[in-house]
Amino acid sequence: MSATPVNRLQLALGPVLFFWSRDDIFRFYAEAMQWPVDTIYLGEVVCARRQQVRTADWIALGQDLADAGKEVVLSCQALLESETDLRRLRRLVENGRLRVEANDLGAARLARQHGLPFVAGTHMNIYNAATLALVEELGACRWLPPVEMGQALLGELLQELQRSGSALQTEVFAWGKLPLAFSARCFTARHYNLNKDDCQFRCLDHPDGLTLATRDAQDFLAINGIQTLSAGCTALLSHLAQMQAMGVHSVRISPQWQHTAEVVQLFRRALDGETPADELLTQLAAYAPGPLVDGYWRGEAGMAQLKEVAHASA
Amino acid sequence: MSSSSPPPELVCPAGSLPALKAAVDHGADAVYIGLKNETNARNFPGLNFDEVSARAGIEYARQRGRKVFMAINTYAQGVDITRWTRGIDQAADLGVDAVILADIGLMRYAAQRHPGLRLHMSVQSSATNYEAVNLAHELFGVQRAVLPRVLTLDQVRHVIEHTPVQIEVFGFGSLCVMVEGRCLLSSYATGESPNTHGVCSPAKYVRWEEGASALDARLNGVLIDRYAKDEPAGYPTLCKGRFAVQDETYYALEEPTSLNVITMLPQIMAMGVSAIKVEGRQRSPAYVAQVTQALRAALDAAAHDGARYNVKPAWHQALGKVAEGQQQTLGAYNRPWR
Repeated sequence: MSATPVNRLQLALGPVLFFWSRDDIFRFYAEAMQWPVDTIYLGEVVCARRQQVRTADWIALGQDLADAGKEVVLSCQALLESETDLRRLRRLVENGRLRVEANDLGAARLARQHGLPFVAGTHMNIYNAATLALVEELGACRWLPPVEMGQALLGELLQELQRSGSALQTEVFAWGKLPLAFSARCFTARHYNLNKDDCQFRCLDHPDGLTLATRDAQDFLAINGIQTLSAGCTALLSHLAQMQAMGVHSVRISPQWQHTAEVVQLFRRALDGETPADELLTQLAAYAPGPLVDGYWRGEAGMAQLKEVAHASA
Repeated sequence: MSSSSPPPELVCPAGSLPALKAAVDHGADAVYIGLKNETNARNFPGLNFDEVSARAGIEYARQRGRKVFMAINTYAQGVDITRWTRGIDQAADLGVDAVILADIGLMRYAAQRHPGLRLHMSVQSSATNYEAVNLAHELFGVQRAVLPRVLTLDQVRHVIEHTPVQIEVFGFGSLCVMVEGRCLLSSYATGESPNTHGVCSPAKYVRWEEGASALDARLNGVLIDRYAKDEPAGYPTLCKGRFAVQDETYYALEEPTSLNVITMLPQIMAMGVSAIKVEGRQRSPAYVAQVTQALRAALDAAAHDGARYNVKPAWHQALGKVAEGQQQTLGAYNRPWR
């Protein structure tokens, strides 16, 4: 039995949200270059202190990936506080070749000043048609809805985009632990009783984050430095046909420490329509870094597990 | 600093007409209020203003030479956003002194439809740097921005030095450890968040379970904290619960504390902060009165005494009594905290 191909959807690899060593990052992208993804986002989105890969390295790496035929987007830090943060941001925006993903109004301002089309990232907080139109006028060529936006609301917005003849592309965060919150405070440093300024880079020891469980042992969230993610792994594989019908342009896979290659392959097979989604989902569950969730997409609490595999858990 | 500089504006919260009057009577320069719906980030049952109470509040403040701001600071949802635009129209008709907006789409609406209406950028806009603040200024003529409670004093000063926009900072109140506008924890657990519904850890999802030896506080089924029989229990705001990380159970994200900057007022004033904000539209008129009175006295003393400014024990006592969790902190303004 075969499924309907959803091959108008493109596959994107999101930026690595965790702190991996320089060697691990370069190894990861050397492999990713071979994967069947259309777009690769890269850059440090979470923490200004993670500098094993420097801004110039990210740009050079991005150019290599672009030379290899991928669409490449440089993702900008979400929480920009210091002049150093802004300097790095300017360097990304002024790279001269690659697009950027803005995760902050400041990044959008700089991209606009440089006439550089940008991707309005999921942290830009676009929840309505008026704001979406404004962001497009500022120069966005693509956008990601907030991860908490459900299918119904997104559907409304996409209909409106089509009605207005907009060329704006929509990308949906479709796989991985969900980026839920940013703080000035570092929760990993707090866990180790360290000051943020002297964190000893403990995030390196937790390449998928540190799981935060309730006192009755439910895996709830994941700590990743100043970022809080879900412990659950969002898995929108069963909704790809719906997304294509709605006019979604691409689906994003968020990198994880292990088995990202397998996840990409399974999504690719789903897009090609050769294998039924439920079969692929069972395989995907084995590679998930947490219980599979899709509550946000269905308009429920984000942590609500997939109906198909409500019992599945890594 | 010179002893003649005027103190920054003291901006106090009101979730009801009695709270607004308490703020005005105890020395607030401005009071911020919200409408009774999901257009504001403190959309709690029994709180906030309708047309009649808003009009009465504005009149009360106006007669005493004070200002009223209207917070319409959630993110408008979907294609039909009339609930939010109508709120802006209503605020303009009521003659508020400013609207506090988070959503840039709404800022554009307000700037185009009501060119005379003063715009403040809400803390929920997550503008943590001057590039972000200046974008809102260029595009919509935003005149003031409220900075998220995540910057150090030096970072606040740096923003002030690089923008024509007035800067307002939080001075007292319950502490959000996350960047405002960038926290979806509440919707992950319940489906409703500050950005979408103006709520955090909403009460309708809270369930208390009395066990043999402990009291469990759950939010939509998620165990946020468990209290021993003799332990004081707090509201299960989900970032303030105790969780297990690598087999250690503790306040993994944040301990229940209040922000209190009373000791550093002279520094805050010297850097040119335009306004100091008190959190707590969900708190009682008594809270508003107490906090407003203490901060009014402290601000006046700091403006008058300059370098000789001393925190009076009475102010500390007054603020300590109403501080959440009885603990107070300088928050991110004080670097080691981070």
